[in-house]
Amino acid sequence: MADEKLPVEKLPVEKKVGAYICKGCGLGERLEGAQLSMIAERDAKAHIVREHNFLCSEEGVKMIQDDIDNEGVNRVAICACSRRAKTEAFRFEGVAMSRANLREGVIWVRPDTDEARETTEEMAADYVRMAVWETKFMTPPTGNEEAACQRDILVVGGGVSGLTAALETARAGYPVTLVEKTGQLGGKAGQAWKAVPERAPYSDPVGTGVAELIKACEAADNITIHLNASLTKTAGAPGRFEADISVESGTTVMAKFGAIVQASGYTDFDANKLPGLGYGKTPDVVTQQELEALARVADGGPIKRPSDGKEVKSVAFIQCAGQRSNKEGLLSYCSGHCCATSIKQAMYFKDQNPDIDTNILYRDLRTPGSGGEDFYRSGQEKGVTFTKACVDGVEVAGGGLKVKFDDLILDQGTEENVDLVVLAVGQVPNSGVNIDAVPLEDEAEEESEEAKPAEVHVPLESILNLDYRQGPDLPQLVDGFTDSHFICFPYETRRTGIYATGPVRRPMDIISAREDATGAAMKAIQAVENAAQGRAAHPRSGDLSFPHFRKEGCTQCKRCTVECPFGAINEEDGYPQFNESRCRRCGTCMGACPVRIISFENYSVDTVGQQLKNIDIPDEFDEKPRILVLACENDAYPALDMAGMNHIEYSAFARIIPVRCLGSVNLIWITDAMNSGYDGIILMGCQKGENYQCHFVRGSEMAHQRMSKVDDTLQSLSLEPERVATYEVAITDIERAPQLINEMAETIERIGMSPFKF
Amino acid sequence: MSDMSNAVVEKYHNDFLKEVEAHVEDGEWVKMCMQCGVCAGSCPLGDHWAHPPQELFMMIRAGKREEVLTSDSMWMCTSCYNCIVRCPRGLPITHIMHGLAHYAHRLGLAPEKQPTRVFAKLFWDNITKNGRANELKMGLSLYFKDGFGNGIKEAMKNRPLGQAMMKAKRLNPMEFFGGHGVKDKSGLHAMLAKAREIEDAKLEQGK
Repeated sequence: MADEKLPVEKLPVEKKVGAYICKGCGLGERLEGAQLSMIAERDAKAHIVREHNFLCSEEGVKMIQDDIDNEGVNRVAICACSRRAKTEAFRFEGVAMSRANLREGVIWVRPDTDEARETTEEMAADYVRMAVWETKFMTPPTGNEEAACQRDILVVGGGVSGLTAALETARAGYPVTLVEKTGQLGGKAGQAWKAVPERAPYSDPVGTGVAELIKACEAADNITIHLNASLTKTAGAPGRFEADISVESGTTVMAKFGAIVQASGYTDFDANKLPGLGYGKTPDVVTQQELEALARVADGGPIKRPSDGKEVKSVAFIQCAGQRSNKEGLLSYCSGHCCATSIKQAMYFKDQNPDIDTNILYRDLRTPGSGGEDFYRSGQEKGVTFTKACVDGVEVAGGGLKVKFDDLILDQGTEENVDLVVLAVGQVPNSGVNIDAVPLEDEAEEESEEAKPAEVHVPLESILNLDYRQGPDLPQLVDGFTDSHFICFPYETRRTGIYATGPVRRPMDIISAREDATGAAMKAIQAVENAAQGRAAHPRSGDLSFPHFRKEGCTQCKRCTVECPFGAINEEDGYPQFNESRCRRCGTCMGACPVRIISFENYSVDTVGQQLKNIDIPDEFDEKPRILVLACENDAYPALDMAGMNHIEYSAFARIIPVRCLGSVNLIWITDAMNSGYDGIILMGCQKGENYQCHFVRGSEMAHQRMSKVDDTLQSLSLEPERVATYEVAITDIERAPQLINEMAETIERIGMSPFKF
Repeated sequence: MSDMSNAVVEKYHNDFLKEVEAHVEDGEWVKMCMQCGVCAGSCPLGDHWAHPPQELFMMIRAGKREEVLTSDSMWMCTSCYNCIVRCPRGLPITHIMHGLAHYAHRLGLAPEKQPTRVFAKLFWDNITKNGRANELKMGLSLYFKDGFGNGIKEAMKNRPLGQAMMKAKRLNPMEFFGGHGVKDKSGLHAMLAKAREIEDAKLEQGK
């Protein structure tokens, strides 16, 4: 809407609340509109109250816009459907807005009967009060003042992922600087002879395309490449990163960037840790990467074995070498690419001479990707033998090697004599320093190293050298891979504006790495553009609000800096220093603050506090308990909305307040609610722990931790601990979420009403 | 041919697979098996096989030449075609089973007393003699396959059925004396001999 509205909120204007009550979607039939209007006007003291039969229609929206334009309304309370519905229609610039969920949250979850009417009306009335009071305590978000637009993008790593990210970003018109640690671009894939085919008919190995990629990057005039270079320091935030790049000549180049793509790739798992497979005992046991070198030397001619230069006549490929193992020191995961890579390498032999015997000893053959199965079939057609087997060991015997294994199809121990053995060792991510494993005590260090065998394979040298108080590199998810959630948020790390891509993020092949890098390039561009406009990046993309803190009240307890899942908060003279562009707007800092001085313009201790204070608490003898539900807006709240859409009923005594993340729940809300006579409190957050589903990574976990200490508070008030319950709720818990509310209603019936009603 | 019956193969090398590809009908499909086991699970006689088809394929790839060719597993196939219909890789499994059985028979490695093999031999001899199946003699030779005494017992047991078939003119007792045949019997025999010659030459060549 009109840009000239924007200056309005810069002036110290009076708060003027408009409450708009919709009568569409059955609301008019089920609820007394006049009654709700009166409540908005008399109880909640809205300045303008209007009813409309169809609020989200063009006419209804215009009515609201007219009030904003002509009546000076700058706080809008829309009493209609869920805040998740009709977001396009109800979009007003320069005003603060709240939504009373009368449709999904009231009429759709309550039966349309005479006896239910009274409690349903009370429910609606409370939601109207809550919306008006919430908006009164909101300020229209103005955007992040430190907005900066540095459009340059830094790519760390010059392998396939890095080169692709650089090229894609540059093609989109953003200048790129690429930093490569070694003296050569192309990475691991650049050393391969050929690659697994990317297109139909997926039958033969093809060129890697790395040389072309390098050429394209070198030719692009907006890509700057630094070889033999590394990052000695990275500071700042999205839109204003500052990096010190130590370059080949020994000097340090300082440059500014809008976003960073980390494509630091992988290191082969150290085959020396597999002595049973003969590695190190004879040069004729090689890794896949080493076979690529032999194939490059042969270049289409016969491949010769390293020990005596004899032409290889038979070769065995041992899959999952040191992978998919629960043994200490080995990799627990599957590296994904190795089966297809072995098929490709077996074809190196078969294509040159079909009489060469190639045997792939696999445990489970996995060829992901659209052409994987066709490529496997092509390998079979070429006569590659595939044997489901468990390899016991490799021995040097006579002039060759003897591979001992159990054939799992024939269920018997057997052996094969070959000239060469190729080990499919896994990918170990180059994630840099594991900042979470940094021990507090020496004792803990030994323990953690033993407990996390997969994480100590890589030399612990920092990649980014971040100047963040939380540590020099990106936090790792599992097995040392740099990511925040493999499925829900690919590329997103826990450091805003820094995106991980390629095998540093999860094991992958060249084809996947190309796709992955393109995605990361898109995310980096998005981060730059959002930062330029002072808006949040994922997952509250476009959010203009950001945290403020009242310095006078700060006790320098550092909880906000420690608990921020994204390392957005630094310290400056003991006080928190918010890097707004790094902030994801979850409010975990707000929930953490014991003196409640952190707030967002449109989400604060007050906006929620006022809602729960203005819910009508009937007196003890009315037999109408009140249950406060604080529901995560990403999962639990939509689940409850969907329960409404499915007309699954729940207790009319529940009052649901959506929160940005359960991590933003400040304990004062719980204390206040208990003191003002609520009978039960339910907190609904996302799944926490190792397989977390929290959009803000650790918010739900933080909330659960904080709530575990709430029992003491309850005891000091002589209240039963059952009155407060914290649950992990998924977006699919459409039946369970209402069930949890009903269970709380039953609990209250059993233990009785709260004695704190006044 | 005799030295092919005890050829030496290197384990897990392609020697035997190549032999199968050269001499077994549809043998070139053996390498395409991906060991899913659907054929084994689909076979109505599966319980009676020492080695289900997918296992036979793996044995071929593992170079277990003697075990495969002397096995009676592929002789258990009744050509119901369930496995062909279900094989995700489209292997003509039924055909391969018969091909393997035939190849084992030709090499003289197939189990001598295997009932399917005995029947097949009797049927072949029966039909090639005159160029037409002699049903009476076929039945009788089956009764007497396990010796004279057993043959009389079997024949007596099936007498009512035989008599009913004769009454209904489904079985001609006169077939006992030579039976009907094709016009040019010697031509047929010459043709079969030539075919055999060609096949044997192929086998020799492929060695």
